[in-house]
Amino acid sequence: MVGAGLVVIGVGIGIGRIGGSAMDAIARQPEAYGKIQTAMLIAAALIEGIGFAALFAVS
Amino acid sequence: MQQRLLFKLLTSLLFLIAFQANAQHEEKVELSSVEAEKEERKEYIQHHLLDSYDFNLFSIKKDDGTKSHIGFPLPIILWDNGLQVFSSSKFNHGESVAENNGNYYKIDHNKIYKTKADGEIIYDEEHHATNTKPLDFSITKSVVMIFLTGLLMFLLFAGLAKSYVKNGGIASGVGRFFEPIVLYIRDDIARPNIGEKHYKKYMGYLLTIFFFIWFLNMFGLTPFGVNVTGNIAVTFAMALLTFLITNFTGKKDYWKHLFDPLGDSMPWYGKLPIYIILVPIELLGVFIKPFSLLIRLYANMQAGHIVLMSLIGLMFLFKSWFGSGMSFMLAFAISLIEILVALLQAYIFTMLSALYFGFAAEEHEHQEAH
Repeated sequence: MVGAGLVVIGVGIGIGRIGGSAMDAIARQPEAYGKIQTAMLIAAALIEGIGFAALFAVS
Repeated sequence: MQQRLLFKLLTSLLFLIAFQANAQHEEKVELSSVEAEKEERKEYIQHHLLDSYDFNLFSIKKDDGTKSHIGFPLPIILWDNGLQVFSSSKFNHGESVAENNGNYYKIDHNKIYKTKADGEIIYDEEHHATNTKPLDFSITKSVVMIFLTGLLMFLLFAGLAKSYVKNGGIASGVGRFFEPIVLYIRDDIARPNIGEKHYKKYMGYLLTIFFFIWFLNMFGLTPFGVNVTGNIAVTFAMALLTFLITNFTGKKDYWKHLFDPLGDSMPWYGKLPIYIILVPIELLGVFIKPFSLLIRLYANMQAGHIVLMSLIGLMFLFKSWFGSGMSFMLAFAISLIEILVALLQAYIFTMLSALYFGFAAEEHEHQEAH
């Protein structure tokens, strides 16, 4: 159960950083909004996938 | 100004009633009944997440403890020394033994087992049933929804295609809603990821998988209570299709990238020690990519359903104006998020599939190492 909590903390930090960086990038270059969003979603999805896999492994 | 005052007054009144109701309630309810109710909710949620042999819309518990189910039975198709076809109403929602052509079947933990006439299921030490399991091709609830979605998609997009012919290249009716989405998948998912040269042959699959997942996700949020994309077998099948298409359409460069990523930049005795580590990792990656696809979709939909059902269950546990109201608001907000997630997961599945097809189809020099 502790492992599951750790996994969620890790995934949360990771996706939070991706989201935050994407926000920064969009603020800097609003015209690249679409591309940044796509890259952000892919990266977030990959982290999420690993997180879910780990969740299944620990539970 | 007057309106605002009225609003304030009403709100405070509501809170007052809520606390009043809460205070009254606490006296009456004992702990044991709360625990029992919690167990019931848990069971209900678990039941909802699983596939079932009959299409049960909802169940009503009568005062005398018996349940009446509103829904309709579905056909059971088994292969057990010949084809056995009968209606799932014979199982009486898993409570009784079904008899067909002298064979007896019983549902245990959502699986059909062959039993003797008394319907006894024999368990081993680990509480697994030891009865024989016949091959099961039943039309279950999920299968019905998959058929329905397939039919819906066929009608929608055949209609869209026909309207192009009839109106000279302009979509009509509901096609006007779907045309931009189709174009988005072509121009923003397929073209940049697969490349201008090869994207066309993957478009059929990408569009199908996108709308299939999206529609099934959306059906999961309706009161039908289906959880098709939250079923690991369904997501497995879809990921398997992506895996097969990726590997069967893989060009020379794709295989070269797998088994000989360094190419001619190094003599063979230099490559050998690197490849002992690198090639197994690359090969593992081939399987991990579709595996992450299947886990992601399954886990997301499953988690979404659990959260939503739990919040709705909380409404009935609180039994107060305030608590139930708050959990209703929360359930409503999460429902809205789930609508977004339904679209997002379909998008991500399609996007990553396109990305993998892009790896398989690329023919030019590699600029980057993975």
